[in-house]
Amino acid sequence: MANILSLRCRECSREYPVEPLNVCEFCFGPLEVVYDYDAIKKSTSRKKIAAGPRSMWRYADFLPVDYNPIVDINAGFTPLIRSRNLAKVLGLNELYIKNDSVNPSYSFKDRVVAVATAKALEFGFETIACASTGNLAGAVSAHAARAGMKAYVFIPSNLEAGKVLSAAIYNATIVAVDGSYDDVNRLCSELADKYRWAFVNINVRPFYADGSKSLGYEVAEQLGWRAPVHAIAPAASGAMFTKIWKGLNEFADVGLIDSAVPTHMHLAQAAGCAPIAEAYLDDRFIIKPVKPNSVAKSLAIGNPADGYYALKTIEASGGSAVVVPEDQVAEGVKLLARTEGIFTEGAGGVAISGLKQLVESGKIGPDDLTVVYITGNGLKTVELVQDVVRPINIAATVDAFESAVPASVT
Amino acid sequence: MRRVRLTFLDHMIRQPVVYQMGHDFKVVTNIRRADVQENVGWVILELEGEELEIDRALAWAQSLGVRVDPALGDLIEG
Repeated sequence: MANILSLRCRECSREYPVEPLNVCEFCFGPLEVVYDYDAIKKSTSRKKIAAGPRSMWRYADFLPVDYNPIVDINAGFTPLIRSRNLAKVLGLNELYIKNDSVNPSYSFKDRVVAVATAKALEFGFETIACASTGNLAGAVSAHAARAGMKAYVFIPSNLEAGKVLSAAIYNATIVAVDGSYDDVNRLCSELADKYRWAFVNINVRPFYADGSKSLGYEVAEQLGWRAPVHAIAPAASGAMFTKIWKGLNEFADVGLIDSAVPTHMHLAQAAGCAPIAEAYLDDRFIIKPVKPNSVAKSLAIGNPADGYYALKTIEASGGSAVVVPEDQVAEGVKLLARTEGIFTEGAGGVAISGLKQLVESGKIGPDDLTVVYITGNGLKTVELVQDVVRPINIAATVDAFESAVPASVT
Repeated sequence: MRRVRLTFLDHMIRQPVVYQMGHDFKVVTNIRRADVQENVGWVILELEGEELEIDRALAWAQSLGVRVDPALGDLIEG
């Protein structure tokens, strides 16, 4: 049985039973899962984790659902790569890249959806749903296919159909809604009330969000059971950012790593949609929602559900937030690709350019153990960096080649 | 019934928008949570009434410059 006790309101602390609920009926605060840390402490150990599956399910003791092979498409336990070339460019001596772009559906969303899908089955749901323009749609659809569940993906009708190919291929039902993002939001909220479906980020959100804790656990384990001094992550709703911090602290609380987590959590957003980072820079805890207009599409959440909690995480960890200029998003993608051989999407470009800013401003020192989170794959958004394709056209002769590419002549 | 988050910026902070909404439209307003500071504030509001009337009330608030969003944040994700 999962080591969980109840759900609790993050605002007024009222407790609720473990059911498909996400909001406190009294104050409308978001609910989160309450764990039995005594039980976790008794059952977990470094040895047990190390002997576990090479996926996020090696941390099953810390997740809000039992392992269920029916939904498992091997999410997580992605590579943590020590950077040589990017580190050199940035002037860092201990930089690691958490490459979560190689998950089964090519983004970190597999982690949250793995938990949501397993929990949905546990609750007896037969259908899983989401509103998404990309990564979440792919993760939900892939997991539904594996689990034998029906999947519904809602998108705004003006979204290019190709954007959701990675969901449609798994036979999900794609519903294109006439109207704006706000209209899709509202419709999904109404459908979640009306239908007995598991909407991953609505009625099973407390469980769903905790899948991202595994990004904290994995980095700690892969660093040799220690937390980094700095962690840099891109943010959309802000949930993943808060859960990395939560994961590191849970490991400390049960004694798997040192009790004082030294990590400074740094959040990066692109200028065209930076409601959390702007709040940080204005020194306020109230998020001003924005209308997204960014090339980093997977981060385009103008009204971030966990924005406030992301700001509290920054405060608690002594971290910071950076706003990455729009023209630096693609530059970050290119920099990571040409230095480390990793092709990420716009969110990864935001993380890399954000890291660069943090180093240049002196917030990250050359010898600080630093981890940057790369959360999605570049092959999903090739249009962002299309300008790198500049072939040298030649006739089919050696002479033509050598005169066009003189550097190749040795 | 609909739950929304109203965000007030700058000059709107001093306006009695929620009172006026209940006065001018056939909706029952119920503030469930709020944080209002000097230059910015938000209110989580529960609205009861006919759907069309709620739409009209929220459109009016938006016309004043109040931002209206889903109470629990955006549901659509990348």
